[in-house]
Amino acid sequence: MERKLGKATRDAYGEALLEIARLHSEVVVLDADLSKATKSVIFADKFPERFINVGIQEANLVGVAAGLASCGKIPFISSFASFLVSKGFDQFRMGVAFSELNVNVVGSHGGISVGEDGASQMAIEDIALMTSLPGFLVVVPSDEICTRALTLEAAKYVGPVYIRTGRPKAPIVHKAATDFKLGKGIRLREGKDLTIIANGLEVFEAVEAAERLAEEGISASVIDMHTVKPLDTELILEEAKRTGHVLVAEEHQIWGGLGSAIATFLGKKHPCKMGFVAIQDTFAESGKSDELLEKYGLTYPHIIKAAKKILGR
Amino acid sequence: MEKLSVEQLKAKAKLVRRHIVEMTGAAVSGHPGGSLSATEMLVALYFNLMDHNPQDPQWLDRDRLILSKGHACPALYAALAESGYFDPKTLTDFRKLGSPLQGHPDRRKLPGVEASTGSLGQGLSMGIGMALARRLDQKNYYTYVITSDGEMNEGQTWEAAAMAAHHKIDHLIAFLDYNKFQLDDSTKNICDMEPVVEKWKAFRWHTFEIDGHDVKEILHAVEKAKKVKNEPVMIIAHTVKGKGVSFMEHNNAFHGVAPTKDQVQQALKELA
Repeated sequence: MERKLGKATRDAYGEALLEIARLHSEVVVLDADLSKATKSVIFADKFPERFINVGIQEANLVGVAAGLASCGKIPFISSFASFLVSKGFDQFRMGVAFSELNVNVVGSHGGISVGEDGASQMAIEDIALMTSLPGFLVVVPSDEICTRALTLEAAKYVGPVYIRTGRPKAPIVHKAATDFKLGKGIRLREGKDLTIIANGLEVFEAVEAAERLAEEGISASVIDMHTVKPLDTELILEEAKRTGHVLVAEEHQIWGGLGSAIATFLGKKHPCKMGFVAIQDTFAESGKSDELLEKYGLTYPHIIKAAKKILGR
Repeated sequence: MEKLSVEQLKAKAKLVRRHIVEMTGAAVSGHPGGSLSATEMLVALYFNLMDHNPQDPQWLDRDRLILSKGHACPALYAALAESGYFDPKTLTDFRKLGSPLQGHPDRRKLPGVEASTGSLGQGLSMGIGMALARRLDQKNYYTYVITSDGEMNEGQTWEAAAMAAHHKIDHLIAFLDYNKFQLDDSTKNICDMEPVVEKWKAFRWHTFEIDGHDVKEILHAVEKAKKVKNEPVMIIAHTVKGKGVSFMEHNNAFHGVAPTKDQVQQALKELA
């Protein structure tokens, strides 16, 4: 696949907010002093009367959003995923999930591709935490097209949604005409030997891996599983039955991410050979985004290696 | 709803206290002490100050109340039942399996409960959200929050305090049920937040200080609070934990422990 860099998913989020604002008059956007980084600033500039910057206070941010949602507003709140999810977790738990309120949460700077800012700024556990909350939808878009479409879907959906966006520019993997639905994975390639299921930046790496595997006579499906919860179990089951080998790739801690969710499902419905490309229970460090993805085992050569391992080749 | 007079409110407070004792007694658990300290505030709100409609709990223009100190929900449930949200006979189902009267308030289960609470320190933030929605929608309702001295230990309380003042949030009226105790001991011995009045003033909240068991003072303070523009209001209500039952007053043993059957009878005699 030609590596055609698109916008960062955080930029796509900020631009999607403008469309949403025009479609839904009840949408309000809040941020915790990171709007220039999360890109909610794009909305703030155009709709200042519907934007609230609460300052550096994530717990209060979530509580305020819960109060707004209980009065019929549709809040979108953003900050760095690492701070918003960790510092706002009790508030997500009782104030949003348990309260069944329509709050849309966008954590930017997900994963280790944050780069030079280092490990304290990198969310590697956000998916584990947010999927643990009953009722929350959890979404990890791969590129600008996917991010825009799913942010629009989230605005329509009534209930809590968590969307993870990223800092660096993301390679484009989708066609503009793709039909995105929350909870429905997208098959980018169909193969017969192996299924690679990925989300976020790993979707591009998975496609790269599949193309190289094809050159060696290994035919791999690639699925963009942008929604971790609810999982598209129908698609996973179909793939697992056909190929019998499932490899999951994600820019997240190996504990509690997409891989864990798929393994739990397949363990119950269709046990098969599985492999996992993820962050191996460690924090990352400062460095260039590409260097970090390579060092921590998330680039396509690592996917190829893991694929061959489960295929026994 | 019809607004009750001061004398009628006093009688209603006694009735709510009887319910609190009976509910916690029947559940053999719950938090009677902090429920009894918050009683007059809830009674004044539900039977005089708030515009609300028990027949239409989702009425868009209603005043809202958030019980941030969720463990005091027996007092809230009693006020809701006596207002007509549900049959007071079901109050003794409190904390029983399948009952909407959960151990801490659950907005999904009980009409009239505006916010699910129980993890301390979140109510003010939720109240700010409701007050912001009011401002965006150009409505006139008020959002009330009942918070506690223990909750002042929570960092989120002060996040909310700073943000509300900065954003000039009005139509937000909070009560601090200052009964001077928290679970483990007196607030003095655990994490003394004094000077409390000065703190709220320093955070730029319009602050009143009242006797939280004097219905007249509560009504008067809220009347003044409603005139405050561009500032959130904190009414520091000095109260007595366990108020109204002689052996529970100032006795922190009844923070999270229910009265025995004999103690229930004794308390009901005092509240006759």
